[in-house]
Amino acid sequence: MTSPADTEEAATKPNYLKMLLADPLAFIAAIVLLVVAFIAVFGRQLAGPTATQGDLALSRLAPFSTDHGWQYFLGGDLLGRSLLGRLMVATQTTMSVSVPVVLISLVIGASVGMWAGYHRGWRETLAMRIADVVLSFPSLLMAVVVLYIFSPSIASIIAILAVTRIPVYLRTARAESAELQSRVFVDAARTFGTPSGAIIRRHIFPIVLPTLLTVATLDFCYVMLAESSLSFLGIGVQPPDVSWGLMVAQGRDQLRTQWWLSVLPGLAIVITTVSANLLASWVRLATDPGQRWRLTTPRRRRRRRAVPVLEA
Amino acid sequence: MTDIGMKVDGLTVDLHTPRGTVRAVDGVSFTAHRGRTLALLGESGCGKSMTAQAVVGLLEPIAEVTGGSIDIDGEDLLTVSRKRRRQLAGPALSIVFQDALTALNPVVKVGVQLAEPYRIHRKMSAKAARAEAIELMRHVGIPEPESRADSYPHQFSGGMRQRLLIAMAVALSPKVLIADEPTTALDVTVQAQILALLARLRKEHDMAVILITHDLSVVAEEADTVAVMYSGRIVETGPVDQVFEDPRHPYTRGLLESVPVDAERGADLSSIPGSPPDLFSIPPGCPYQARCPLVMDVCRTSRPALVKTGDRAVACHAASASGSEGVSHAA
Repeated sequence: MTSPADTEEAATKPNYLKMLLADPLAFIAAIVLLVVAFIAVFGRQLAGPTATQGDLALSRLAPFSTDHGWQYFLGGDLLGRSLLGRLMVATQTTMSVSVPVVLISLVIGASVGMWAGYHRGWRETLAMRIADVVLSFPSLLMAVVVLYIFSPSIASIIAILAVTRIPVYLRTARAESAELQSRVFVDAARTFGTPSGAIIRRHIFPIVLPTLLTVATLDFCYVMLAESSLSFLGIGVQPPDVSWGLMVAQGRDQLRTQWWLSVLPGLAIVITTVSANLLASWVRLATDPGQRWRLTTPRRRRRRRAVPVLEA
Repeated sequence: MTDIGMKVDGLTVDLHTPRGTVRAVDGVSFTAHRGRTLALLGESGCGKSMTAQAVVGLLEPIAEVTGGSIDIDGEDLLTVSRKRRRQLAGPALSIVFQDALTALNPVVKVGVQLAEPYRIHRKMSAKAARAEAIELMRHVGIPEPESRADSYPHQFSGGMRQRLLIAMAVALSPKVLIADEPTTALDVTVQAQILALLARLRKEHDMAVILITHDLSVVAEEADTVAVMYSGRIVETGPVDQVFEDPRHPYTRGLLESVPVDAERGADLSSIPGSPPDLFSIPPGCPYQARCPLVMDVCRTSRPALVKTGDRAVACHAASASGSEGVSHAA
C-alpha cells in the first residue's frame, strides 16, 4: 500500500511551498491572490490622487496606452479618474466585505454544525431547523429587503451576508460530523475519557476542515458576486466608496462606447474567483495526508507507473 | 487468589428495536483478576461484543443496560456520575478494538493520537505528552519511534497498527484491559506476536485482560479462564485447561469438536447443526435446545441455571443431572 519512499517523505513535516510549486496552476493562483491581497491593503496609497480626483481632459480615455502615466494604462472613467487606480481602491472595499463575511459565517457555521452533528438529538434538530428557516429565503432577496429597511453601510452588508451564508457551513459541518461521531476512532477516544469538546477539536475538526475550506473558497466567490449584485442594485456599497460590483454597475450605460468601464472590473471579479477556486482544490489535497502524495510525487514518475510499456 | 480487577454481576442489556425489545445480554456475571486473562468465547451474535460495549460504555442508543453492576475497585461503572465515568475511562479501564485502521484517526499523526490520553488525564504539555507517546511506541515494539511518531496510521502495517492501538489502550496503565477480537484481522504470525505483546504488557502492568474472541486456539494459548457465551448468556465457565479437557456443556463440546485437529482430506468436518436462535423468538427453557444432541423434556420448559462446582460452572440440565461424565459419554 505504501512504499518506503512515501513514508520517509511524509514522516518529515509536509513542505507546503514545494507542494505548491508542484502544481503550476495552483501556484499561479496563489500569486494572483497574493497580489490581490497586497493591493487590498496598500492599493489606496499606491494608486495616488488620480484614483479620486479626475482630470476631465482625460475623461473616457481608452485603455492600453501609457501616454498619461501608468495610472491611466487601463483608461479613464467619465470623470477622468484613472480606472486602474479606481480598481485598486475598489479591491480594498470588495475584500473588506467578502473576507469578513466568509470568516464570520465559516467560524459560526462550522462550530455550531460540528457541535450539532456530534451530539445529535435535540441540538441537531434545533440547529438544522434554524438553518432551514434562514435558507428558505433566497439569500440575495433577504439581503435586499434588510438593506432597504436599514441604511446600507459596509457593516450591515457584512452582517446580513454572513447570516445568510452561515447555513451553508452549518449543514456541511453537521453532515460530516454526524457521520464521524459514529466512527470507531471517536469511540476509541471516548473510551479513555476524552470530553466531547476535545473530541470535536482533535478528531472531527481536522477531517471536516478540508471540506470546509473548499466550501469557503467557493462561497468567497459567491459573496463577492452577491456584494457586486447589491452594489449594482444600488443598495450595497455607496459612492464615494467604490467596489468592483459598483464599478460594473456604473459603467453599464457606456457599455457600447466605453466597454472597459464595465468589462475590466468584471474581469477582476472573474480572475479572483477562478484563482480562489484553483487554490481551493490544491488546499484540499495538501491538507489531506492520504492524498498529499499526489503533490509530492513527480508527475513523470506517476505517468511511468501508469503506462510502463511505453517507457520500456 | 489474585486481586480482583473487575467484577461484573448480572449484566443485562436490552435492545429496543423497531420490531420490539429483545434481550441481547442476559444476566452475565464474571470476575477478571489482575495479571490474568479471562476469555469470553462464543460465535457471532452471542452477545460477547455487546457485553464489552456495555462495560466500556459505548452502547448504541437503541441498547439499554437494564440490570446488573460493573464493579472496579468498589465503584459501580453503571451508577457513577458521567464525570467520574470519564475519569475512570483510561486509568481504570480501556479497550483494544478489532480493526486498528478504523480505530485510529486517519488524518492525525500517531504521535499526537498516542499523546492524547496523557494530555487529557495528566494535563501534560504537548511536548511532554509526545515524549511519553514515543516511549510508549518503543515499549510496544515499534522500531524508530522518534521518526514514526510523525507518520499517519495508513503508513503502518496491520500488525504495527494493532500495536499502536494496544499502546494507546495501556497508556495510562489500566487495571482492566478489554481486547475485542484484537487479532481477528491479522495473519497468524502477526497474531502470535500481538498475543505475546498482550501477555507481556499484562504481566508488566498487572492488568486484568478480558479477551473477547471466537478463536479457540487464541483462548487455549492466552487465557487462564474462559467463559463460553451462547445467546446472551454464559453457559459454561472455568479454567481453560479444565474446560477444554473436559467440556461439560454440549455447546462447548460442539465448539471444540468443530476444530479440525487431525482431519483427513475428504473426511467430513464436524460442525454444530443449525444456528443460534433468533433473539426475537428465544424458546422457553434452554436456548440451545434446538441444536443440542442431549435435549430432554425438561430442557423445553425450564431454563438451566449456572450451577457452580469448584472452579467451574455450567448451565445445562443434562450436565447437572448426570455430572460431567454423563455428558462426555453421551455424545
